[in-house]
Amino acid sequence: MSLTRQDVEKVSLLGRLLLAPDELDRMTLQLGQIVGYVEQLGELNTESVEPMAHAVELKNVFRADDVRPSLERSAALANAPQHDSECYLVPAVLGE
Amino acid sequence: MSLTDCTAAELLADLNARRVSSVEVVKDFSARIERVDSKVKAFLRYDGDAALKQAKAIDDRRARGGSVGLLGGLPVAVKDLICARGELTTCASKMLANFRAPYDATIVEKLRAVDAVFLGRTNMDEFAMGGSNENSAFGPTHNPWNLNCIPGGSSGGAAAAVAARMATLSIGTDTGGSIRQPAGLCGVTGLKPTYGRVSRYGLVAFASSLDQIGPLARTAEDAALLLEAIAGHDPRDSTSVDAPVPKYSQTINQPLAGLKLGLVREHFGPGLDSEVEAAVREAFKVYQSLGATVKELSMPHAKYGVATYYVIAPCEASSNLARYDGVHYGYRTDVAKMNDRLAEEAKSMSAAGHSAAVDQLDNSLVRMYRQSRAEGFGAEVKRRIMLGTYALSAGYYDAYYLKALKVRRLIRGDYDAAFKQVDLIAGPVTTTPAFKIGEKMGDPLSMYLVDLYTVSANLAGVGGIVFPCGFSRSNLPIGLQLQAPPLAEERLLRAAHMFQKATDWHTRKPPL
Repeated sequence: MSLTRQDVEKVSLLGRLLLAPDELDRMTLQLGQIVGYVEQLGELNTESVEPMAHAVELKNVFRADDVRPSLERSAALANAPQHDSECYLVPAVLGE
Repeated sequence: MSLTDCTAAELLADLNARRVSSVEVVKDFSARIERVDSKVKAFLRYDGDAALKQAKAIDDRRARGGSVGLLGGLPVAVKDLICARGELTTCASKMLANFRAPYDATIVEKLRAVDAVFLGRTNMDEFAMGGSNENSAFGPTHNPWNLNCIPGGSSGGAAAAVAARMATLSIGTDTGGSIRQPAGLCGVTGLKPTYGRVSRYGLVAFASSLDQIGPLARTAEDAALLLEAIAGHDPRDSTSVDAPVPKYSQTINQPLAGLKLGLVREHFGPGLDSEVEAAVREAFKVYQSLGATVKELSMPHAKYGVATYYVIAPCEASSNLARYDGVHYGYRTDVAKMNDRLAEEAKSMSAAGHSAAVDQLDNSLVRMYRQSRAEGFGAEVKRRIMLGTYALSAGYYDAYYLKALKVRRLIRGDYDAAFKQVDLIAGPVTTTPAFKIGEKMGDPLSMYLVDLYTVSANLAGVGGIVFPCGFSRSNLPIGLQLQAPPLAEERLLRAAHMFQKATDWHTRKPPL
């Protein structure tokens, strides 16, 4: 299956990346090559194979639901590009 | 001999006997960094004064007869994707160029607790994505053995710092081979522990089910010392394994009687450089002369490792890197300029009568995400986000992600079957010695194939160690890789140490 430029453009919106026209062209070519390589997995019959998401078989880890100290607000905001010392500030979304 | 030429074990013995002070050790390493790092560029930042201050405090405590931890004043370099409170943690990305971590990673706490001295932060591929260190937003690291060559990635800075004698010990991370591959290409000893052996709390995540922190050092003995300091269960990391930590540095000398090594037929196929193959086969002979047996076996799914990895890792990366949105931390585009451009786009579309297109135009917030991420991330990171987003998107999930998870189980099955027959799997770590900077940059797929021999261990979650077993005619290091069943790090370290007692490849020093 080959990837079209339109596919890549759609994925760039889903992935929240804005790609320049030349980047879209390059990405279409390179993703196509990589996805083509990945398609060799289709050679394997995996019908009865359980998927393995993790190397360590995980079990739930429980702990008491206690309130504990966490990162202070000032520390959480310290790296924000824009904040008003209480909240993160973003461009207006409502009432545009 | 300069202190920088000593191994960590030698330095530690001298420090503990007070034949040398931590201040003297740190001064020698700082001087070495000043002298050679302008050529190698292994460090993104190093702070000689802060290191001296730490060293002095440890020296004073020792002089007063106070207790001193396992690493008692040894300087350690840390890859720049591990959080240390108040310090820059950039992941070699423009996105995090000004990010100061608000807390310590567990491994940083552990290193402080055993009195390691923090020497500086090492260069890497951006967000640990790459096999050559060329993806760093701050420029590549150079291989100390040949400055025109790559050091391997993504822990290239960590490996080069050790190879160039700018640090005896360093911390790297391995998602698809990022400790082992640069260890092989720089001629040092690097260990990827079993998944879960070392806490990942405070490690900037790339592909969470594959990432693992581990040591890089000059010898297996030194790697044992560092692993002992950093391994162990951490309740803050839900994937951390709750198992006791052996005293690796104490058991390293116990011989491995009747060691059974597995030679995987699929590791010696087309594409393997003849010099690499010769050095690896020579290493088998060394083990045989030490009493080991070599058994040939097959891992039929080995050749699917790279394809499986390059679905799973980008899928996890696209999810983990969603947090870089220009809101909470990291780079944000110039919003005023961006809004002006957005308004212009809307105007020109309306003028051309494309009212439907105007409706579909990003709103300010979405455009801010998209533009911040586009400007903050480098090409390889964008490629992997795109690949992962594609593979997880509606209609492709089953064909790519789910399929890869199933093949992952088959790859793990190969390991389980192999370890019923042998103690360790031995083979090459890379197909060729270090290649030239720039050689593969235009061809991502050929760069991905560099990981052929390493990715399967991450998919299966098993441990692996790499150490030098020869040199090419052009004097570039060649590494041997040993892989072990889960939690058999002791076995890996002892087998590597056994080889290093019988050979002197690991003692060679690059011409700097």
